Amino acid sequence: MDLSYTRAEEAFRAEAREWLRDHVPAEPLPSLETAEGFAAHRAWEAELAAARWSVVSWPEEYGGRGVDLARWLVFEEEYWAAGAPGRVSQNGVQLLAPTLLDHGTAEQRARVLPSMATGATIWAQAWSEPEAGSDLASLTSRAVRTDGGWLLSGQKTWSSRAAFADRAFGIFRSDPDADRPHRGLTYLMFDLRAPGVTVRPIGRLDGKPAFAELFLDDVFVPDKDVIGEPGQGWRIAMSTTGNERGLMLRSPGRFLAAADRLVRLWRTEGDPADSALRDRVADAVIGARAYQLFTAGAAARLTTGAPSGAESSLNKVFWSEYDLALHETALDLLGPDGELADGAWAEGYVFSLAGPLYAGTNEIQRDIIAERLLGLPKGRR
Amino acid sequence: MTFLPTGEQRAFARSLDAMLTAADTPAAVRAWAGDDPGPGRALWGRLAEAGVCALAVPEEYEGTGLLPVELAHAFVELGRHAVPGPVVETVATTVLLGELARLGDPDPAKRLLPALATGERTATLAIAGAEGVRHSVPYALDADRADTVLVVRGEELWRAPGHGQVRGSADPARRLARPAPGGELLAKGPAVAVAAGQARRWAMLATAAQSLGVGLALLDRTVAYARQRSQFGTPIGAFQAVKHRLADTLLALEFARPLLFGAAVTMTPGDLAAAKVTTGEAGYTAARTALQIHGAIGYTEEPALSLWLRKARPLRDAWGDPAACRAAVLGAYS
Repeated sequence: MDLSYTRAEEAFRAEAREWLRDHVPAEPLPSLETAEGFAAHRAWEAELAAARWSVVSWPEEYGGRGVDLARWLVFEEEYWAAGAPGRVSQNGVQLLAPTLLDHGTAEQRARVLPSMATGATIWAQAWSEPEAGSDLASLTSRAVRTDGGWLLSGQKTWSSRAAFADRAFGIFRSDPDADRPHRGLTYLMFDLRAPGVTVRPIGRLDGKPAFAELFLDDVFVPDKDVIGEPGQGWRIAMSTTGNERGLMLRSPGRFLAAADRLVRLWRTEGDPADSALRDRVADAVIGARAYQLFTAGAAARLTTGAPSGAESSLNKVFWSEYDLALHETALDLLGPDGELADGAWAEGYVFSLAGPLYAGTNEIQRDIIAERLLGLPKGRR
Repeated sequence: MTFLPTGEQRAFARSLDAMLTAADTPAAVRAWAGDDPGPGRALWGRLAEAGVCALAVPEEYEGTGLLPVELAHAFVELGRHAVPGPVVETVATTVLLGELARLGDPDPAKRLLPALATGERTATLAIAGAEGVRHSVPYALDADRADTVLVVRGEELWRAPGHGQVRGSADPARRLARPAPGGELLAKGPAVAVAAGQARRWAMLATAAQSLGVGLALLDRTVAYARQRSQFGTPIGAFQAVKHRLADTLLALEFARPLLFGAAVTMTPGDLAAAKVTTGEAGYTAARTALQIHGAIGYTEEPALSLWLRKARPLRDAWGDPAACRAAVLGAYS
């Protein structure tokens, strides 16, 4: 067992650190969840992309550097330690791009990925529906065959940043007569400004329009924007959520940086006699290290060719609960200032509240852990 | 960076598992808790033959050189099988003696270390609290059964003449005794305190590994029970309340595991303290889950489950309780 970096990895780290030191904005950008902040974050993606730092793990032909998992982890550590902005293109980068790399055509990859890498096109996810949340396979939005493509209709919701995004990807019911709910679904990409699309922003708990619902009324999608075979949408989407829950969604670097900020806050604001709060700060340090080492092991297993499967559910429950506990500790350290809506930790706290909900609720994840990792019998949800 | 056990490390753990499974370890635990240390000593001999006692011993004293990752693998298996006796304390003693030798005082190592490495003799260790009660180790585990009882008092290392009254632990397979005062002064000076600190770090690692092993054994047994125990006409493991508790237990253990092996790789004070508190809490979480899901049968001492159930909390607190470990994590954070 080895935790050392190669010289090449250290050189890569130094290169990333130097670039970030010279380019990360001195002042935090406005909130990602506002029109102004969205535009500022989009411009930051272009700046990253110009130096080929926006999608380091992608193949070079699409704007990446083709680096392995170990170097991706190194980049993420440096990125978050540098206090760099949140990633406005993350839904596309983390969900759609791996899907296209696994299931898309060469034409689709060449057309979609380069503009995703620069932030010129920002993608939103169109999966959940008002009546299909945890039970996603019960979705009812339709894709109906037409000349040269498909017509989409129905309602999608909880689509993060769709109020500002350019395009969306989602799954639709293309064969209502299929014998099982998860059969007869098709995975498609569509333009959020196409005729027939209505986007209604929804305020999050802090009032920022972080979500939207999408109303689709005979929206035309050409055949070239279907991913994989029609009817295979569920299988393709689940391979994406495996990725989403797995390594790429929340890198350890993010939590190492957050724990570091928390320790600094505790050293300036903490009451040394308050051992209960001190223990929670220690748990944040321990949790970030646990997540870093867990990920190092998972990355090593992936490198040996082992599949990432239900283990990613352990990962998702861990980081989502960790992130929330860390932010709650920060607010407690701030005392009366913890209530301020524009406090340094306020937006992160509101964001962390959503962690146990999205990307598959933690209850669904615990069912997966129990059934697939522990071998317990299936039961009613 | 390849943060995975090597094939050899995996094979070593598997061979210990097979040996302890074949040896009817639960019977040895019950005998150790009673009046018969014979089966426990026989088990010890077989572990020593497999090299377990030599993993923290320099080569010139019949050891393998210091192999913390191998030691962690071995002690996970010792925990999974609830092996009784002062196994952690013997490792700590070997580290103490080896470190003293490295620092220029080889006499105690020459006298005591080779027989500990080969398993001919066993040792136990207490550390009197120069730094306060939380940091002392007042009871020498199984002092009445160990061949050598050592005590660190500040900068002095003593070989105790024996032990006082033996008191029971919450885990009947652990026997607690304070070493008798006096005896023979083996070493003196600042090196003793340094060596004791190193011994303490290895004891934390070994105890953390045992805790993880205890937790894994408890989870395995409880999952098996939840699959076969039926109520309301269905296996209780199909109920979401049961499933989620077991899922959380697995989660705690699987995030404690990398901390344990990370600490074995780096052996830094911060990583060791993080591993100790996290494995200890995960092992204890597994014990609470096991008790709750077994119901009343779990509250009785007859099923083998009780062998692990009663071990989890003493191990959580031995060689660095959670509060001390959390303080150490922040103290080491830069």
